[in-house]
Amino acid sequence: MSAVAPKHFRTPLARVRGRGAAKSGTGDFWLQRVTSVAGIPLTIMAIVIGMLLLGRNQAAAAQILGSPAVAIIMVLFIVCIIVHMKIGMQEILVDYVPDESTKLTLLLANTFFCWAVGLASVYGILKLSFGL
Amino acid sequence: MAETRSLEGRAPAERPLSPHLQIYRLPLTMLMSGFHRISGMGLYFGTLLLAWWLLAAGSGPNGYAKFQWFSGSLIGQLILLGYTWALIHHMLGGIRHLIWDTGRGFGPQEREWLAAATIIGSLTLTVIVAAISYLAMGGSR
Repeated sequence: MSAVAPKHFRTPLARVRGRGAAKSGTGDFWLQRVTSVAGIPLTIMAIVIGMLLLGRNQAAAAQILGSPAVAIIMVLFIVCIIVHMKIGMQEILVDYVPDESTKLTLLLANTFFCWAVGLASVYGILKLSFGL
Repeated sequence: MAETRSLEGRAPAERPLSPHLQIYRLPLTMLMSGFHRISGMGLYFGTLLLAWWLLAAGSGPNGYAKFQWFSGSLIGQLILLGYTWALIHHMLGGIRHLIWDTGRGFGPQEREWLAAATIIGSLTLTVIVAAISYLAMGGSR
């Protein structure tokens, strides 16, 4: 018995209850750290880019935002913050919404919101870059 | 989990509850914990503005003028200032969390110092960014 490696680490009680470790719980934790480390330089660069564009007209703004380096930085910034904020909001919902069906609905809304805003922003930058 | 009575079929014992927010005095570290979450939530909805800005830049002069009208208005300026502060504050608060992740910064003085550095740093940097932006826009017009 002791020579056999255990296939899982859930207690029999947890198995019976159908609860216990979700097994992939550290995935979000780690991804939140990865995106927070990446987010530091990306946020600083995004603030600088935003300040560079102050008061410029559409043609100038489009040209700067669509230039390769700026466009790549902005796409990285958006992907980074969208992934980070999806996990963050999910954490808040799980913490503060006790009702199961409300929580599920809001978790869905969170996923939809993050994908929609993220893809719209990335589309906005790529459109400028490729001049569509 | 809510189901605490199933183990032996007994009702859970009446135990004293832990004192909650309204009982404790509000230490700076607790306030900064709340600020981190609230600034994160502000940034969450602020991405709508970011998406609008980027889409407007690609939509031509009229679309961009609409965005600039909004961002130049008093409410727009206040939202942008708040967004900038939230962004900087959340970034500094995040650095504090990363320090904690290494196991450092939990001492009685260290954590107070870190909390103070977060709020003082974020306010200072926001004022600097706002001042540079104000001057870049040509001051008062």
